[in-house]
Amino acid sequence: MIAVIDYKAGNLTSVVKALNYLGAQTEVTQSPDVVRRAQKIVLPGVGHFQATQLLHDLKLTEATREAAAKGTPFLGICVGLQWLYVGSTEAPTTDGLCHFNGRCERFPATWEGAELKSPHVGWNSLEQIRPDSRLLRGISNGSFVYYTHSWRAPVSEDTAAVTNYGGAFTAAVERDNVMGVQFHPEKSSETGLQLLKNFLEI
Amino acid sequence: MLTKRIIACLDVRDGRVVKGIQFVDIIDAGDPAELAHRHAAAGADEIVLLDITATHEGRATLIDTVRRAASQLFIPFTVGGGIRSAQEAEAVFTAGADKISINSAAIARPELIGEIGGAFGAQAVVVAIDARRAADSSDPVRNAEVYVAGGRKPTGRKVVDWAREAEDRGAGEILLTSMDSDGTRAGFDCELTAAVSEAVQIPVIASGGAGTAQHFADVFTRGKADAALAASIFHFGVTSSRALKEELAKSSIPMRLPC
Repeated sequence: MIAVIDYKAGNLTSVVKALNYLGAQTEVTQSPDVVRRAQKIVLPGVGHFQATQLLHDLKLTEATREAAAKGTPFLGICVGLQWLYVGSTEAPTTDGLCHFNGRCERFPATWEGAELKSPHVGWNSLEQIRPDSRLLRGISNGSFVYYTHSWRAPVSEDTAAVTNYGGAFTAAVERDNVMGVQFHPEKSSETGLQLLKNFLEI
Repeated sequence: MLTKRIIACLDVRDGRVVKGIQFVDIIDAGDPAELAHRHAAAGADEIVLLDITATHEGRATLIDTVRRAASQLFIPFTVGGGIRSAQEAEAVFTAGADKISINSAAIARPELIGEIGGAFGAQAVVVAIDARRAADSSDPVRNAEVYVAGGRKPTGRKVVDWAREAEDRGAGEILLTSMDSDGTRAGFDCELTAAVSEAVQIPVIASGGAGTAQHFADVFTRGKADAALAASIFHFGVTSSRALKEELAKSSIPMRLPC
């Protein structure tokens, strides 16, 4: 069973639908116990980083940390990826999980002398895919995925792929069983389905 | 590189895709779910479903249509037509839409933008604007006017001002339809699209007037559009997204090419 954590940050229908399409059994949950005993955990989410405060309030942060420590595969999507970091300038008083170093920041207003539109919406390509990534197995550099976001995670040693928009940012992050993607695999056609399939097979 | 998006639009009436020819004869163009999948397979970056009779008919048909179309669709899916409240929006999201498009209802009660955005995120709210140039004005583009009720009713509001307000209220994207160009297949209104695109930070989807690949190239360059939408040219095999994208890629427009 895959626990899909519901913290009232947008619509879970698409993520659940894609996982079910690939044959996975899902349970949408706010229960720390369900998260602790799940075979895999998915944390979707769009919108404001402030929404992740509910994860702390519902004791889901500790449950996630325990599950991650015992090796349960974890996938954060969009704000779910950002939550894996120390925090975000979008909601400075709300801590992230602090699993990965760095803080999420807004896109710069300008890049290389030109105005940079934000949010970053649409299809952009994956680059510098780490060859040892289990999440991105079978996905090649230049594959397109669908984004919609205004904040982004910095590039670090845990980055599994980058996308370039106002400079490089972390498109996918992966260290052992804890992973995240800034884009929406459930909306990224064949590339996204391949990634979700990879996650289900881990 | 961030690509320009090609969006296939399905106008739906009573659960069937329809297309008006010269605004009069409505031709049945098929099953929405089947057409949505066909467009996705042919390389469309996104699907928009507009229920053109939603204001007159029951909602049940639309919700069922959305559910069927969304069931195996793994690209962004927007649904519009007659959504007047956050509750109605929720029903459409639950059926599988990723974004909703609101038009007349947002003009009537602009708070609706923030209400839906607050619950589902700004990225899920597309504000659709039906625009007509102010032909008698000294600046027909800057003074272009917003129309509602399927383009029948002028509002007295300027398009650029309303686009800015929609952004301030939390819209995620603007879907701008030029009523002057709609149905002509003579090209998008690039000047009007550029004026709106320069006025807001959020993406602008251009609509109305698509006829050739060059029209899309023009609206992406001169019109500064982030995405362009077309309905009629994709039906009846006139052209496919794939052929269109290959043509645009040759003109150095960044495109997601289907493999």
